[in-house]
Amino acid sequence: MKKIEAIVKPFKLEEVKDALSGVGIEGMTVSEVKGFGRQKGHTEIYRGSEYTVDFLPKLKLEIVLADEDVDAAVQAIIKAAKTGKIGDGKVFVSSIDEAVRIRTEEKGEHAI
Amino acid sequence: MKNIILTLGLIAVIGSSALTTLAADAAPPKPSLEDRITDLEAYVTNGARQTNSATALATSPGPGHNAWQMTSTALVLFMTLPGLALFYGGLVRRKNVLSVLAQCLGITGLVTILWWVCGYSIAFHSGKSWFGGLQWSFLSGVDSTPNTDYSGWVSHNVFSMYQLMFAIITPALIVGAIAERMKFSAILVFVTLWMFVVYFPLAHMIWGVDGMMNGVFNAAAKIKAIDFAGGTVVHMSSGWSALILCLILGKRLGFGKEPMPPHNLVLCMVGTGMLWVGWYGFNAGSAVAADVVAANAFTTTTLATAVASFAWPMAEWILKGKPSVLGFCSGAVAGLVVITPACGFVTAGGAVIIGIAAGLVPFFFCFKVKGWFGYDDALDTFGVHAVGGTMGAFLTGMLARNVANPNLATNLKDYVKDTAFQPLVFEQLKAIALTLVLAVVGTTVIAFAVKAVMGLRPTEEVESNGLDVSEHGEEGYHSDAYSSGRPSFANASAITETVHPSASAGRRPATV
Repeated sequence: MKKIEAIVKPFKLEEVKDALSGVGIEGMTVSEVKGFGRQKGHTEIYRGSEYTVDFLPKLKLEIVLADEDVDAAVQAIIKAAKTGKIGDGKVFVSSIDEAVRIRTEEKGEHAI
Repeated sequence: MKNIILTLGLIAVIGSSALTTLAADAAPPKPSLEDRITDLEAYVTNGARQTNSATALATSPGPGHNAWQMTSTALVLFMTLPGLALFYGGLVRRKNVLSVLAQCLGITGLVTILWWVCGYSIAFHSGKSWFGGLQWSFLSGVDSTPNTDYSGWVSHNVFSMYQLMFAIITPALIVGAIAERMKFSAILVFVTLWMFVVYFPLAHMIWGVDGMMNGVFNAAAKIKAIDFAGGTVVHMSSGWSALILCLILGKRLGFGKEPMPPHNLVLCMVGTGMLWVGWYGFNAGSAVAADVVAANAFTTTTLATAVASFAWPMAEWILKGKPSVLGFCSGAVAGLVVITPACGFVTAGGAVIIGIAAGLVPFFFCFKVKGWFGYDDALDTFGVHAVGGTMGAFLTGMLARNVANPNLATNLKDYVKDTAFQPLVFEQLKAIALTLVLAVVGTTVIAFAVKAVMGLRPTEEVESNGLDVSEHGEEGYHSDAYSSGRPSFANASAITETVHPSASAGRRPATV
C-alpha cells in the first residue's frame, strides 16, 4: 500500500477530487495548511505596521491506495492541479505498513 | 332694625374682603394664559422659564428634550458596549479578544458605582472651581425635575446618566494603548484612582457650573475655554494618559519581532459603525436639548467624520499603494474625535476643514511618528485620541463662530470674534496645557503607585498564553473540531452512565 500526500492550491480541490474519482479513487483526507516553496508571499499593512506574510494557504490531500493504482492517481492529480504558475504544489508518495477499517476491522488492501 | 342690618352688612363686606386678602397671601396667583404660553414657548425653544407662576411646566421636564437626552444616553453607552469593545477587540490577537471585552464591561460597572457614590457630585455640583461638593453623593436630590444650571428641560437624573456614559467611555479608551499586557485587577484599581485624580476634576473644570475652564456658561471662569462634547475631558485626558501608561508598562512580549496583526477586521469595522452612530448621542446630545445647537452639532459631526474617513485611506492609497478598511475605520474615528470639542461651535465649512485635518494628522502620527519613537501604543489611542483631541481643541479655538451657537455671545463676546486667530485660541491653548499636565502627572503618579503595590503586568507566561484563558478562564473562539475536556457537574457520574461514551466527546466537527 502507498500513501500519496499532495499539496495543491485551495481552489483546485473540486477538480482534483473529480479527477481522482475518474480513476476510481473515492476516499481522501483534506487539511488546510500553510506553506511556501519558491512562490513569494505578500505584504499586509495595518496602520503603519507592515507584515510580510511568507506562508500561503494550501490544501493537503492524503490518499492511501493499492500500489497498482498509484501511477494513475498521481497523473490525475497533476493534470487537475496544474496551472503552470509558481506555487502549484507537490506530490509525495510513501509506503504504508498497515491499514485498518475501524467499522469492520478489515486489514490490508481490504481496508482501503 | 335698619341700623343693625346695615352694620351687619358692613361687617360682612369688610370681613370677606379681609378673608380674601388672607387667602391671596397663602396661595400663588393662578397662572394666566399669557404665562402658560410663555412657558410653552420656552420649552419649545429651549429658553429659560420666564414666569414665576405655577404653570404645569414650572418644574416639569420638556418631553422632546428629555426624550432626545435619554436616546443620546443610550447611544453613548452603545459606543462602549459594544462599539469600542468590538473596535478594539477586533484589533488585538485572538487570544486576547475577551480581555478587551472584559475591560469594557468591567469599567462600565465600576465607573457607574463610583458615579453614584460621589463621582457625579464631584463633577457637577458647585463647590470649588476644580472640584465639586459632595451634596449629591448617592445621587441624593437628583430627581426627575430639571436642574436649570445644566438644562431647563432635561430631567436632572437623565442628565446625570448621560454624563455617566462619558465617564465610562473615557477610561475605556485608555485600555487601547495597554492592550494585551496589563492585569485586569491592576486596570480596575488604576481606573478607580484615575477617575478621582483626573476625570472628575477635569469634567468639573470644563463643564461644571462653576468650573474654572467653563468659558461658555461660567462668567467667572479663569480660563475662557470651550469644549462642546469632550475634546479635552475625554480624548486628551485618555489619550495622553494612555501614552504615559504604555510607556510605564513597556512593550508587549515579542513586539517588533512577532507579527501581531488584527485578528478580526470585520469586528473592528462593525465596532466602527457603532461608534459613528453612537457618537451622534455623544456630540448632538451634548446640547442637552433637542434644539438648533444640537441640529448644528449633528450636521458638523456627520461632515467631519465622513470627510476624515475618506481622507485617511486616500492618503494610504497615495503613500502606500492601497486604501485599507482599517484606514477607513481609523479615519472615521479620528474625524469623530477631532470634531468632538468643536461640533456645537463651528459651521459646516469648519467641519469639513476639521475632517481633512483629522484624516491626515493622526494618520501621520500612526504611520510615521510611532515608528520614529518605537513606543507600543497597541491600538493607537495616543495617535488618534491624544493627537486628535489636542488638535480638535485647538481648531475649535480657530473655527468657533457666533453664527453657529448663540450661547457664545453670553460670556465670550471678547473672545469669539469670528476670525482665525481670535482671543479664544489662546484660552484653548491654556486649557490644552492644563489638561495635558493633569493627565500626564496624574497618570504617572497613579501608575507607579499601582505598580509598586500590586504590579501592572501579568507574568510572561500569562501574557504568552493570552489573557483570556489566564485571567478570565474563557476562550473567545472555541473550535468544535478540536474540543476536548468534559464539563463537570455535581451529578457528573449519573450523566456519563446513561449517555453513550462516544457521544460525550462532543458534537460532530464543524465542516471546513
